Amino acid sequence: MAKLIDREALVGELNKKFGDCAEVFEDNTNQSIKVKPEKLVEVMKELKENPNYELNWIKNLNAVDYPENFTMVYHLDSLTYHHKLTVKVEVEKTNPQVPSITSLWKAADVMEREAYDLMGMVFTGHPNLKRILLADDFVGHPLRKDFQLA
Amino acid sequence: MLKTQELTLNMGPVHPSTHGVYRCVLTLDGEYVRNAVNHIGYLHRGLEKLAESRTYSQFIPYTDRLDYCSGLANELAYVMAVEKLMGITEEIPERAQYLRVICAELQRLASHGIFVGSFALDTAGMTAFFYAFRERDRVLELITRIGGNRLTPNYMRIGGVARDLEEDFFKELKQLMDDYDAAIDEYDGILTGNEIFQSRTKGVSIVSKEMALDYGFTGPNLRASGVDYDMRRDEPYGIYDRFKFEVPIGETGDTFDRYVLRVKEMRESVKIIKQALEQIPEGPVMAKVPKVIKPPVGEVFHCIENPKGHLGFHIVSDGSTKPYRTRIYSPTFVMLSAFPEMAKGTHIMDAVLILASIDIVLGEVDR
Repeated sequence: MAKLIDREALVGELNKKFGDCAEVFEDNTNQSIKVKPEKLVEVMKELKENPNYELNWIKNLNAVDYPENFTMVYHLDSLTYHHKLTVKVEVEKTNPQVPSITSLWKAADVMEREAYDLMGMVFTGHPNLKRILLADDFVGHPLRKDFQLA
Repeated sequence: MLKTQELTLNMGPVHPSTHGVYRCVLTLDGEYVRNAVNHIGYLHRGLEKLAESRTYSQFIPYTDRLDYCSGLANELAYVMAVEKLMGITEEIPERAQYLRVICAELQRLASHGIFVGSFALDTAGMTAFFYAFRERDRVLELITRIGGNRLTPNYMRIGGVARDLEEDFFKELKQLMDDYDAAIDEYDGILTGNEIFQSRTKGVSIVSKEMALDYGFTGPNLRASGVDYDMRRDEPYGIYDRFKFEVPIGETGDTFDRYVLRVKEMRESVKIIKQALEQIPEGPVMAKVPKVIKPPVGEVFHCIENPKGHLGFHIVSDGSTKPYRTRIYSPTFVMLSAFPEMAKGTHIMDAVLILASIDIVLGEVDR
């Protein structure tokens, strides 16, 4: 089974280092933390490079359209310790913007483009933010709940 | 000094060596690839959006259409994710667990069979193609007996499998497994040990461990780059902790390693199926699950070791009969993004091989 990280200690460390930026996110998986969007890149860099966590493997990057906000979900994995962490970032509904983490993982490039294409998330600092699956002249973002089907 | 000029060449979307409807715009300087740009989406069917309007059980046949070379394994990833969300992972009957392992490993043999065959074809080795497809077809015949279709069996269910298999199936499966090692020896003889094949693939497009992790490689491609990680062994799901098998690791991370690792994995799959055939108990194949599946509010992310890499499902439930959001993490979609960097500076004929060595399948790339 997947090993869990001590989230309380982790969030304490992150908050000490970067100011008030992270908190434990309560859900059924017991492996999520919530990070403020403006500190995302710093926190991800710390999670990736700190030898205590070494969450060096990005397994999934995903946007969810909740009624109250958009949530970016990052599933991180460690090859060294085999533990997992879910990083969540809540973004406002109007003008959703998240910093891009392509500088940390090249794998994030296509997944961020996909989230932009299908969900309309704008990743600031992304080198090539274009539609990837849909045609360039497609109007709208189909995975949004308010997208009109037919 | 001769005046030269760069040439832009469109490879695909309909071209045998792109392995599906994938287009790559190559910038060529003579025979050398200077740049490559991926264009995908030709097979995009919006499966993630479709999932939102289907019940949990109704989505199982759609997963067959992801990586259509390994339908049963995709189904397994999906039903395991839903079971984890419902909290009934422990209730799956023993016999169903063994049938699932047999299915997943058969599908690995079929998928790697395609890989070996089409890889040989990309090196212009026609004979090996027929050898590899000979065994793959026997596997597909068995899969037809499992679910009625060659590629889209729709056999897994939330809580178990659709039905038990007859005695004849196991007899034939045992016969096939007894024959398989000799068949893989033939692949080795005709392809792996072939001097021309080796000089075409050895040292071509070396992917370092760091680069593999950077590009989010999973599965055989990651192991070919020297990372010793197999989910079936290191974080076993289902009953994989009961089987003894080796995890082959590549040495240099070149195209040859990515090929030879898959051939070695086929031998391990045969070992796992043989052990499963010895251990499989009698009993029911379905757990008692409600007719209407309504997972509790929450979310789950579950990955399994598919033939091509880690296939993951991130399912968000709002407590109703349909998922609020289903995200399909497909391994080849992410790994394909490394192709431009892997192909730069190589010959165009090598670029074709490098693409084949990533083992993409466009049903999964585009979803």
